[in-house]
Amino acid sequence: MEDLTTIVSEFTVSIDTIWILVAAVLVMFMQPGFALVEAGFTRSKNTANILMKNLMDFSIGSLIFWILGYTLMYGEDIGGFVGKISLFFGSDEINGVPDKASLMFQTVFAATAATIVSGAVAERTKFSAYIVFSIAITAVIYPISGHWVWGGGWLSTMATPFHDFAGSTVVHSVGAWVGLAGAIVIGPRIGKYTKEGKARAIPGQNLALGALGVFILWFGWFGFNPGSQLAAAGSENASAISHIFITTNLAAAAGAVTAMIVTWIKYKRPGLSLTLNGALAGLVAITAGCDTVSPGGALIIGILAGVLLVFGVEFIDRKLKVDDPVGAISVHGLNGAMGTIAVGLFSTSNGLFYGGGAAQLVSQLIGVAAVAAWAMGLGFLVFIGLKKTIGVRVSKRIEEEGLDIYEHGESAYN
Amino acid sequence: MKKVEAIVRKTKFEEVKEALHENGIEFFSFWEARGVGMARESRVYRGIAYDTSSIERLYLQIVVRDVNLEKTIETLIKSASTGEVGDGKIFVSTLDESIRIRTGEKGDESLYIKD
Repeated sequence: MEDLTTIVSEFTVSIDTIWILVAAVLVMFMQPGFALVEAGFTRSKNTANILMKNLMDFSIGSLIFWILGYTLMYGEDIGGFVGKISLFFGSDEINGVPDKASLMFQTVFAATAATIVSGAVAERTKFSAYIVFSIAITAVIYPISGHWVWGGGWLSTMATPFHDFAGSTVVHSVGAWVGLAGAIVIGPRIGKYTKEGKARAIPGQNLALGALGVFILWFGWFGFNPGSQLAAAGSENASAISHIFITTNLAAAAGAVTAMIVTWIKYKRPGLSLTLNGALAGLVAITAGCDTVSPGGALIIGILAGVLLVFGVEFIDRKLKVDDPVGAISVHGLNGAMGTIAVGLFSTSNGLFYGGGAAQLVSQLIGVAAVAAWAMGLGFLVFIGLKKTIGVRVSKRIEEEGLDIYEHGESAYN
Repeated sequence: MKKVEAIVRKTKFEEVKEALHENGIEFFSFWEARGVGMARESRVYRGIAYDTSSIERLYLQIVVRDVNLEKTIETLIKSASTGEVGDGKIFVSTLDESIRIRTGEKGDESLYIKD
């Protein structure tokens, strides 16, 4: 009998590990999704540049997160604020699954947070400054706020712990708030606003690339959310993963349909680029509560995301006058915050709408505000620091003629 | 001899070409043109209407004998029209000379092939 128990537990480790690694490659595949969305929504003279930024934030992020970020996030808790660092993580221990599987899975998450920023600051940011920023977000900014929520830090030890299942706030909002800080410090693209401050359209070069990117992201999200269960063996995990697949897909679909309807009413015709953003908004919003809301709750969160996305893009573009070429701040920031707060309302275990009182909602608000303040604060610090030292913005001439040729010496299309 | 220049919609080109051929106008040149005018192709990108004044059209240049002028103009009007703003314009001017490079024929003779 003892043998049988050993065999079963061995199999459990195998099944869980395989699922986590499969989910990790699905999340890794979100990188080309981001690359295509950002390349498609920007102009062809900056395509090599945006692809290079996407390639480098993943590559540099992978190195830095292994060297430093992972243990800062998941190391033994120090005062609720950071994890104990051990450089060059290489533990062979198995905590449910091998530590190295966890490292791999968390690395692709860290890189997701980093890559969100490149879209918000696209088409005018100096490449060298972007490299420094990539190091900062994967070494410090993301791991520390991540520790508060997922690494045993203060947000996870409150009386009612902050709930962000797969990272609406921990991953997406962090990227977006840093991106917001970057976009403010760097300033809008030349020609984005008239002298009177009226927003102008700068159409992206290729919505076919953008659409493919969004489908790929949607696909990758089936690793991002269900993978965050971090286990697959046994009927409990199996049903949890399946539930998360459904809530994830429903929210994305509802986000897209709603964004289409809103653009149809607001702008007379159903617009593709905002509808694509709508699908992503639904995905970002459901990420925090995908495990704990019902399919109906997911539908409502998706609908809210579709509405918030369109109004958010307009608000950021025309009222705040922050130039975000791909809509990253509205997709990942506003909808990340909304989706996280919505857990306090729609959680079937303790949400306000399910008779759970306001405790969870309060915790959600605290978490969203704390992480936003951290990410935006550090974002401003890094980008202002860069502005005062190596500079964050390319010269007017380079911006007008394209970053591809001047920054990289090669263009994407020849 | 007259030079007839017509600016027409791209979508109407096949119709115009066939109508001209049916009416015995065999030779003409054309190229793509961009212009600004009353027609508006209202495009909206992420909620913002943008650069709607630059319109793509085809520019046809037809050199005809005086006897064929009226027929050419009528054919163009009939085949290129949709009734909407942006159908284009026809300009007519008198031409000093025309020479067929192969034979050296001048004037009206250079504009049609004798059977």
